[in-house]
Amino acid sequence: MSDKASGEGIGQPVRRKEDFRFITGNGHYTDDINRTGQTWACFLRSPHAHARIRSIDTSAAEAAPGVVAVFTGKHVADDELGGLICGWTVTSKDGTPMKVGAHPILALDTVRYVGDHVAMVVAETLADARAAAELIDVDYEALSAAVALSTCQNEKTAQVHPEAPRNTCFEWELGNKAETEAAFARADRVVKLDLTNNRLIPNAMEPRAAIGEFDKGSGIYTLHTTSQNPHVARLVLSAFVGVAPEHKLRVIAPDVGGGFGSKIFIYAEETACVWAAAKVGRPIKWTGDRSEAFLSDAHGRDHLSHAELALDSEGKFLGLRVKTIANLGAYLSTFSAAVPTYLYGTLLSGQYDLPAIHVEVDGVYTHTAPVDAYRGAGRPEATYLVERMVETAAREIGMDPAELRRRNYIRTFPHQTPVIMNYDAGDYEASLDAAMKAIDYAGFPARKSEAASRGKLRGIGMSSYIEACGLAPSAAVGSLGAGVGLWESAEVRVNPTGNVEVMTGSHSHGQGHETTFAQLVASRLGIPMEQVEIVHGDTDKVQFGMGTYGSRSGAVGMSAIVKALDKIEAKAKKIAAHLMEAAVEDITFENGTFTVQGTDKSLAWAELSLAAYTAHGFPSGEIEPGLKEGAFYDPTNFTFPAGCHICEVEIDPDTGITKIAKFVAVDDFGTVINPLIVEGQVHGGIAQGVGQALLEHGVYDAESGQLITGSYMDYCMPRADDLPSFTLGFTKTESPSNPLGMKGCGEAGAIASPPAVINAITDALGIRDIEMPATPARVWSALQAAAPRAAAE
Amino acid sequence: MEMSGEYKIPAPREEVWAALNDPEVLQKSIPGAESVTKTADDEFEAVAKAKVGPVSARFKGKVKLTDIDPPNGYTISGEGNGGAAGFAKGSAKVTLTEADGGTLLAYTVNAQVGGKLAQIGQRFIDSTASRMSQEFFDNFSQLAGGSRVEPAASETPELINEMEHGIPGKSPDYDAISPTGVPMMPDEEAGMSLSPWVWGPLVIIALILLLWFIGF
Repeated sequence: MSDKASGEGIGQPVRRKEDFRFITGNGHYTDDINRTGQTWACFLRSPHAHARIRSIDTSAAEAAPGVVAVFTGKHVADDELGGLICGWTVTSKDGTPMKVGAHPILALDTVRYVGDHVAMVVAETLADARAAAELIDVDYEALSAAVALSTCQNEKTAQVHPEAPRNTCFEWELGNKAETEAAFARADRVVKLDLTNNRLIPNAMEPRAAIGEFDKGSGIYTLHTTSQNPHVARLVLSAFVGVAPEHKLRVIAPDVGGGFGSKIFIYAEETACVWAAAKVGRPIKWTGDRSEAFLSDAHGRDHLSHAELALDSEGKFLGLRVKTIANLGAYLSTFSAAVPTYLYGTLLSGQYDLPAIHVEVDGVYTHTAPVDAYRGAGRPEATYLVERMVETAAREIGMDPAELRRRNYIRTFPHQTPVIMNYDAGDYEASLDAAMKAIDYAGFPARKSEAASRGKLRGIGMSSYIEACGLAPSAAVGSLGAGVGLWESAEVRVNPTGNVEVMTGSHSHGQGHETTFAQLVASRLGIPMEQVEIVHGDTDKVQFGMGTYGSRSGAVGMSAIVKALDKIEAKAKKIAAHLMEAAVEDITFENGTFTVQGTDKSLAWAELSLAAYTAHGFPSGEIEPGLKEGAFYDPTNFTFPAGCHICEVEIDPDTGITKIAKFVAVDDFGTVINPLIVEGQVHGGIAQGVGQALLEHGVYDAESGQLITGSYMDYCMPRADDLPSFTLGFTKTESPSNPLGMKGCGEAGAIASPPAVINAITDALGIRDIEMPATPARVWSALQAAAPRAAAE
Repeated sequence: MEMSGEYKIPAPREEVWAALNDPEVLQKSIPGAESVTKTADDEFEAVAKAKVGPVSARFKGKVKLTDIDPPNGYTISGEGNGGAAGFAKGSAKVTLTEADGGTLLAYTVNAQVGGKLAQIGQRFIDSTASRMSQEFFDNFSQLAGGSRVEPAASETPELINEMEHGIPGKSPDYDAISPTGVPMMPDEEAGMSLSPWVWGPLVIIALILLLWFIGF
């Protein structure tokens, strides 16, 4: 056992327990679940970006074959259901709270984006539901739409919500304006850049789905759904939407096939299914198709920014000022106000000792799908801006980009930035050095000229990123406007036979918690991993939890498990002391065995577990029977994963095609439990980041507001042959803010890689900027635009 | 969004006008047309089946004619609704002029499509529109005078001069995404031609509007 246990311990590359059932078709995703008497839902969606609904005639649909019921916004309003909410309140610089437009479950009199929910048909089969939806006659008065970020705040542009004049939800700022202006006044050099962070559409492999049920006998509602945080979904559905009281609503998120943030949020479809289940008295199932996912899953990014960086004559950064317009879409989604503010502005110091920062962000409504957290959520936007600025500054002052970074790195910790964050640990130069060595930075000029001999343009770009993970200390987020605390819970139940069930408030939708968490528990208790079951995703089994996003499951979720295990060990030692007639202080627990120090008396884990439940002769009042402990863990700080990614590209000037020749990622994630899973997370993150940099772009027609990248024919996802074999490396400084020293790895790849890729492309082309995605057309056009200039020189 | 095109029809202008005003000719010429009904002197309703890539639907359309000037032309405007498949709306200015013993039919269209048609049908609108127009003018030429329609500068009937107007400037908002590893035509974004999603819908709108016009 000890051999096996050591092969499964912390730091071991254990293969994922859950993969066997996933790849053999034995997973249980929401769509795999069917209930007796189940009906099917189809949502009629708006074909207009902005229209008034003059009337809705559902009579033909109601009379259609197989139709059970048709619901519109009127039914929702008649039931006095609340709308969907944003859980984070942002305050504008003038002190006013953000301007929130109503977000009804089904549209009442106005539709505000293509895909907005107009009606729900419930029928015996999916085909019946779809056919009947076609028969609903909606009389729309089409109106002009606010689409382009650059013009949506104009007086004459169509209004998305009457509550928000000039489509402005908030005008937020962070940092010290006067100090920043003073820094610019004494600067020797100011570097300016306009940057676009392109809109992305999440595209989780499993589309969203829901089954709503109502049990007449008990009055309990049950919702199976594709959620990253089922408890938060239950809280919102009960406290704000008012579907059912919390104790009469069970939310289950079974196996979930990817989320990337898009499944954090509480959406209209899932809400409507569970609400309407009581109306029709039968379970209602809805599985979104890919077209619906494109239209109605919350999108990501979509910023327009102007940034200025002030430097002194030695290349030392003096100040940074940023003005950003962030697209929020037509409605505020569950966390959308926090993403372009507290998850973005707070990271603008990067890895650098930047004495003065001032950032202004206008959050604006447009007639497009809601925009919310997407892998990295605000931090990729911040990193893109900072790392593009630093690289551009280096080129403009003629300094090696690595050298400019070295001159400005933060070297002493803790470090208080001008934008809230207090970095607690890190060694940025270590990851830069490791990455430069891995990519053979010194050999780049030779590789560039070799590529030139083949007619190819080779470029190199780096990105020294930092992010704030392990979301988050409840007191900190509370003071910043969050409606919730971001602690995590765990409960460890030891069964009489010695195996263990761990209830966690974290939720796994691809992260491999069933393996990583089990490794932690097994190594702590000295038992094999197969004796540990990780239970999550069911509000009936787990008391409460805040879910999985912001790379918080390790740093916060596992820390809660550690706290519960501490309590388990303390009680088990008490029982062992009683059984072996020794003092508690003399009991040691190692490799699954309790020993009385200095004696040969010992008890195996399984013996102790059984004794805990037989409880024979326990001194009453001193030791309770049983072995089950729970803990809530609230971190003391964010964690700050950081690292350096370097990308080398080769561009074919004839076609504009960019090929990534080399990609090195060196990350400091603190303690790593399972390097195999961590590497997988980094690989996936880089692939998504490269997707943003080269391929992906959610585009709405600027006039009509139609989504014109609404399928895989027009929205280009990264594929294996777009990517090289990555070279990964790790450095380590432990996070002091949690007992494991973990920092989180889920988002780093997507945060770090886009600026590395774009820095490499602009280096290869010898230009200042190129917009993401740097498609072959854009690269080719940039080359054509640069050619006459080059010829003239 | 704007586009325009021309067809040369080898029949006198009065005959073309008359044929275009014969509902029977029109209904038989329009691919997939199920009915053309006059609801007022200058208003019509039509139903036509169309399949655009994966999106297939019965389009119900209402059109209104203005600036009627026989046999010189008029403006036709309206919208077609394909239910869940989406909608198309716009207007077309149509003129008939005499040319080399035949008639030159020219049109300028402003149009917009929405819903599924815009979301997933756009890549197919181009090919669908050219197939439908070919079919229409083949049918029409046989019905209009028994002779084959002669296109204006080509051996088979086809849309010509479709790029005369409405070429959009370079705009990132109109950026088509190339499939992985396949370069986009380099000139697509540089403004040398319209990307298919822009002008494709216009062709189909033009057709739908023309077909309705013919119903008059």
